[in-house]
Amino acid sequence: MYRPAFVAAALLIAQPAFAESYPDAKRVLTIGGSVTEIAYALGQKDRVIARDSTSSYPPEVNDLPDVGYVRALSPEGVLSVNPDLILAEEGAGPPETMAVLQEAGIPIELIPAVSNSDELIAKIEAVADALGVPDTAGPTVEALQADLAKLSEATVDQDKKKVLFILSLQGGRILASGQGTEADAIIRLAGAENAVQGVDGYKPMSDEAITAAAPDAILLMNRGPASESTTRGPSTVSHDAADEELLSMAAISTTPAAATKTIIRMDGLYLLGFGPRTGQAALELHNAIYGDS
Amino acid sequence: MVAVAPPEHRIAGDRDHLGRAACLGLLLLLVFFALLSLGQGPSGVSAPQVLADWLAGREVATVDQVVMLNIRLPRLLTGMLVGASLAVSGAVMQGLFRNPLADPGLLGVSSGASLGAIASIVLGGLLPPAIAGIFGWYLVPVAAFAGSWIAMVVLYGIATRHGRTSVATMLLAGIALAAMIAAVAGLIIYYANDAQLRDLTFWGLGSLAGSSWTKLSAAAPIILLSLAAMPMLARGLNGLALGEATAAHVGIRVQRTKAIAILATAGATGASVAVSGGIGFVGIVVPHLLRLVIGPDHRWLLINSALLGATVLIAADIISRLVVAPAELPIGIITAMFGGPFFMWVLLSNRRVLDA
Repeated sequence: MYRPAFVAAALLIAQPAFAESYPDAKRVLTIGGSVTEIAYALGQKDRVIARDSTSSYPPEVNDLPDVGYVRALSPEGVLSVNPDLILAEEGAGPPETMAVLQEAGIPIELIPAVSNSDELIAKIEAVADALGVPDTAGPTVEALQADLAKLSEATVDQDKKKVLFILSLQGGRILASGQGTEADAIIRLAGAENAVQGVDGYKPMSDEAITAAAPDAILLMNRGPASESTTRGPSTVSHDAADEELLSMAAISTTPAAATKTIIRMDGLYLLGFGPRTGQAALELHNAIYGDS
Repeated sequence: MVAVAPPEHRIAGDRDHLGRAACLGLLLLLVFFALLSLGQGPSGVSAPQVLADWLAGREVATVDQVVMLNIRLPRLLTGMLVGASLAVSGAVMQGLFRNPLADPGLLGVSSGASLGAIASIVLGGLLPPAIAGIFGWYLVPVAAFAGSWIAMVVLYGIATRHGRTSVATMLLAGIALAAMIAAVAGLIIYYANDAQLRDLTFWGLGSLAGSSWTKLSAAAPIILLSLAAMPMLARGLNGLALGEATAAHVGIRVQRTKAIAILATAGATGASVAVSGGIGFVGIVVPHLLRLVIGPDHRWLLINSALLGATVLIAADIISRLVVAPAELPIGIITAMFGGPFFMWVLLSNRRVLDA
């Protein structure tokens, strides 16, 4: 008796949703850090009533109820915030939860997850369309395009420097980003080259491979609240003990990055989130890699 | 002359009456928590209100109806079946292996199930769409169930020679098999991407949040059949407590008991792990708690384990959905958080025996 409903729900979820518009939605649940960020950038913060645990920017979203991790949502938890529209990044789930939400008759708009600048513009427009405010996308998209234009101008005749993104340093083992990762995309967007080539995803790297990759800069996510990092900006000069320790690691110590002490730390969502601040983040990363120009 | 009832002669150590009383008490407790489970949730939908509206023929809001019928009810039933399975399977394994620390994990069920789940989460995308389409998102539970059964059949095959199953061989082969499976799982995890790694983490912690009628209708027949077979084992397991040879002398059909115990346990836990992921410690904690109170007689231990296991899991599930509402804490965290210290206590209080 329930099977047809599930199949129907599955089809609805599986197909790229025809963008529907919900200008009257007053209680919007945004799922996915960049989706929440875009909704805020579009000036729709009064309509957003809850978020998932990956949504941490702008800092004020932390005051909203948190329905859990984007891929492990609980159906009753989502229903308990009483949304009249769910704006979810692709990959939100589990599918059982999404099926139950469909049955409860709550409209769900899926926003594609992207990792390049062209699709990012489409993503911002998709959020604006879903919220029924297509006109608001303009300024955000223009700001993004202005940053990207500045970037391509700056990078036009530049030798590409090699950047090593380190996801974690747990126990002295370097977990670096290969191809197909957000880190790879933002490094390329910033006009640099990923030092790690021929590896897919985030993978542990041997010390020798890091030495051989010879990165000119090392990029990490900083810990601590997002609000702090955005005001402080990336730090290229190592004052802290953590940076000294990193530079003295056998794998790192012989690299050009160690010679110039180029360690860049940026907030995770800002750097890898592919949201409205991505142009700004790429520009900031570019300036940190090549020195403010 | 007034008939005087003969004074009750209870043999010293007989705890039959405790078993009977526990059975009744636990049944009441289970009903209490079941009602609580239907009434409690982050959405604040009131069960008595919805019920009153239904009975009065008033219209119930779609959301309320979905919360009661498609979220809380299948979740409650799944929790009861999974909790009962894990606890009874634990009790049966401890009886069969004559080892207080035995659990269905020894049959390779858990490691087989996790390999199935890991493989389907990471490699599911490589399947031809035609095959993947048959299972849809049930690929993970189906693969977990298949993995648990394949592991169990392999182990049973290794441990059985000339129609006789050696539990000692099974125990050791189980450890070897678990190590091999862990290596293969590790290899697959190496190729997983970021999102898949997160799915794996959440699967390993267990949750009843994904319960649905479809999943329940697939798992319930296997679990119920397995649970129904287990009371038949009570006398056999009591006999086995004396040792295999003695059990055979007092008329227990030892090989038959072993075969049923292993098949039923693998069925119940395989299906449970498939629908709810890895939920730890229920299988250890519940039977030991009961043995302390009602004694080791399997005639009461098995049925009471089922009742207490179901109750414990429902209670843990209520905590899991309320404590960080509207988000949810994986239930495996809660059972292990309470089960871990209890397990430690079992170890410590058995230390005199173990050290000897």
